[in-house]
Amino acid sequence: MTLAIDVHELTRRFGSFTAVDAITFDVNEGEVFGFLGANGAGKTTAIKMLIGLLAPSAGSATVAGCDVVRESDAVRRRIGYMSQRFSLYEDLTVRENITLYGGIYGLSNEAIRDRGDGMLAALHLEKMAKERVAALPLGWKQKLAFSVALLHEPAVVFLDEPTGGVDPITRRQFWEMIYAAAARGTTVFVTTHYLDEAEYCDRVSIMVDGRIAAMGTPQQLKEEHDVATLDELFVRLARPSAAAHG
Amino acid sequence: MSDAPLVVEGLTKRFGENVALDEVSLEVKPAELFGLVGPDGGGKTTLFRILTTLVLPDAGSARVLGLDVVRDMWAIRARVGYMPGRFSLYPDLSVEENLRFFASVFGTSIEDGYSIIAPIYNQIEPFRARRAGALSGGMKQKLALCCALVHRPDILFLDEPTTGVDAVSRREFWELLAGLKASGLTILVSTPYMDEADRCDRVALIQLGRVLAIDVPSALGARFPTPLFSVRGRDRQALIRALREYEHAVSVFPFGDELHYSDARGTMLPDAIAADVRSYLAGRAGAAEVRPIAPGIEDTFMALMGAPPEAAA
Amino acid sequence: MVKELRHILRDRQTLMVLLLLPLAMVVLFGFAIRSDVHDIRVVFVDPNPDYATIALRARFAGNGRFEIVGTVPTIATVEPMFRRGDADIALVFEPGFAGHLAEGTPARLLLVSDASDPNTGTTIQAYAGAVIASYQAEVGGPGRAVQIIPVTRMRYNPTLASANLFVPGLIALVLTLVTALMTAISLSREKERGTLEVLLVSPLQPWQIIVGKVLPYLLLAFANVVTALVAAWGIFGVPFRGSLVFLLAASTVYAMVGLALGVMIASVTNSQRAAMIGAMAGTMLPNLLLSGMIFPIASLPGWMHPLTLVVPARWFIVISRGVMLKGAGIAQLWLPLVVLFGMLLVLMLAAIRSFKPRLA
Repeated sequence: MTLAIDVHELTRRFGSFTAVDAITFDVNEGEVFGFLGANGAGKTTAIKMLIGLLAPSAGSATVAGCDVVRESDAVRRRIGYMSQRFSLYEDLTVRENITLYGGIYGLSNEAIRDRGDGMLAALHLEKMAKERVAALPLGWKQKLAFSVALLHEPAVVFLDEPTGGVDPITRRQFWEMIYAAAARGTTVFVTTHYLDEAEYCDRVSIMVDGRIAAMGTPQQLKEEHDVATLDELFVRLARPSAAAHG
Repeated sequence: MSDAPLVVEGLTKRFGENVALDEVSLEVKPAELFGLVGPDGGGKTTLFRILTTLVLPDAGSARVLGLDVVRDMWAIRARVGYMPGRFSLYPDLSVEENLRFFASVFGTSIEDGYSIIAPIYNQIEPFRARRAGALSGGMKQKLALCCALVHRPDILFLDEPTTGVDAVSRREFWELLAGLKASGLTILVSTPYMDEADRCDRVALIQLGRVLAIDVPSALGARFPTPLFSVRGRDRQALIRALREYEHAVSVFPFGDELHYSDARGTMLPDAIAADVRSYLAGRAGAAEVRPIAPGIEDTFMALMGAPPEAAA
Repeated sequence: MVKELRHILRDRQTLMVLLLLPLAMVVLFGFAIRSDVHDIRVVFVDPNPDYATIALRARFAGNGRFEIVGTVPTIATVEPMFRRGDADIALVFEPGFAGHLAEGTPARLLLVSDASDPNTGTTIQAYAGAVIASYQAEVGGPGRAVQIIPVTRMRYNPTLASANLFVPGLIALVLTLVTALMTAISLSREKERGTLEVLLVSPLQPWQIIVGKVLPYLLLAFANVVTALVAAWGIFGVPFRGSLVFLLAASTVYAMVGLALGVMIASVTNSQRAAMIGAMAGTMLPNLLLSGMIFPIASLPGWMHPLTLVVPARWFIVISRGVMLKGAGIAQLWLPLVVLFGMLLVLMLAAIRSFKPRLA
């Protein structure tokens, strides 16, 4: 089985501060991988290195078969990215956003049209195609943003806290979309603050102070550390660090 | 005239065509930790803004500490503590400077307010010379809480203080709130996280500008209309598919590492239903563990909210 | 590219500004950058009026470019007029003008122009010279040697140094920048960041919030004026002939006008970007174009002149030029100061009323 993401001793320093400290892990194709950690644990820095936005200080990583340093352009073509902050353009319509991102990803006009139609149908958003994104309720924006990130059928999709502030039903619908994508072979790399969502993942890693403090399937981790929920494990691992570092 | 610190009646507010609040009514008792629980866009922030006299309602009334939000604007502003949704600190000032500034704004000093903020301030004191912009999310919220408390308000309004903050800091924050409530402070706090609702004395579930229910957390579960079960098995997707096709199914939702399944047969004994479901699943999705459970707040919320907001123009 | 286009088209407010502003600028600049001068205010010093002086004066009266602001018997009255900025050029006839002409001896005419603005100074002299020359030609005729010798003097700026023109105006510009622009940005940043909400929900009255935020900029503006003056004097050799105290006092009033404007702009805009654009359009531009800072008011077309009266900088520049170059004091410059005070009161009231204590 090929590895969708292969990370080896990945490190990033900012001056004398080591944000990411020689982390090593891998993610299989089609896996739903939960990347957890407290704020300031180094999660965001690690993700930026994986999507080619930041160069590592040491170590290496391969995403979708391409080295993130030497072949960062190729990496970017093969991945999708969605975050709460950077997703759709609010004052453009739904259709325009699709066309825009399709163009950015290098899809042909035909492909944009076909896939766009398919996406709108699957989300039941046909009627809203000409409405500005700003008019959609939050949950629909998130679902749309996710679909757009998948428009070019990337091998790996990175989701940064995709379900913040969304109502519980829409949250779960979102996760069904994630499962559907994974079933099609897309690898999903997701971070979240909702620890019940961590349980939905195939495997999970928890970062503390730049290192991976725990990794495994939810079941494994709970048995190993003798806890009933991942929430308990997270608190146990992250609390000492939070008090020390502010 | 009730002496409740907060009374809201029929409050309505529209922004253009959008109805942010639709006839919202609630009452908060003295020294109560009252939670407003619901997703974004539900009207929580608008309600806070009306209660802190920043926004005028279109209809209805609200009385804070016995004062009217429309007529007694200045009196209210001097006595409430407010933490708005976004980080409301000055990033280029240090922790101590921020605190001192907000103290002076209310005509008091850090020394005067120290006793009430001490338990919180102790946690951030080691960083007191650090610029507020360089703090982690959890620390910022604790500082903002101190700034809102330093003038010893009679009521505290916290708008989503734990959003975007990691699980550890969230827990610590709620522990601090419990401490404040124990010292007699009335607190109105909003959050999109259903699990935090359990830590409140009473909770109002709010969705799309309407109040779905108000009750103590344990009683909210009782409002769940149908029998509820936890289902565990090996192949979660298969279980979900099978249950959704089941003739008696009302809802099927993943909840962490289990599924919550609700059944339409309200008159049947729960154990009997469980047995039924078990045998139904055995053939389609393998052996499954099915047991009746008490509904939680999230279950109730999802049942009461109906369908998710329509993406209609 | 298409996306950017859509963004731009949808952001109505900014679009209006981006399209209309350059248009306005082109129009204004087009009008302003003209080297002709109109409405030259001329004062005659005619100790012994005779047929020749009267005839020459009539010539000036008949010429559309000139506006006669007075005829006085002695030159002593002229100096204060220049200081107040009431006259652009003075024509001094020597006694017995006509007599000299009749005898064929040189009849002298002293042309004194206010050359604070060196460009117009020379132009005005040239126009006046032309009028005189044409009279000369008529009166002369065959055989008669009429000599009218214009003696020109450039007052206040004999070397026609353009620094002397710019620097007083520059001080006004700097003050506007620090006060209006910075205040607008600072207040709107507070709004955007969300800290304004918390400040509002407190016992602080709106005026307290405003004053608290705005006072540091006043001090900053003050410091800026001092450094600008030092630089002007030390580096460019711009003279300083008047009362420093008076200029600083006037600067303070002007700075406060800028602050009030900044507060108003911040109250009606919703974002930092809008506030910045608003401040630029509402203060910097009129200051540049209409205040006489770069383009002399005299060379602006007539219909613009009333507009310049509302631009605070225009009045301040009269003061700053007056004090620095002409040594004028409060006696001569009380009018612009009073005007500035009046503007300040009006704007302060407006600013405080526009600052809403509620969000909606």
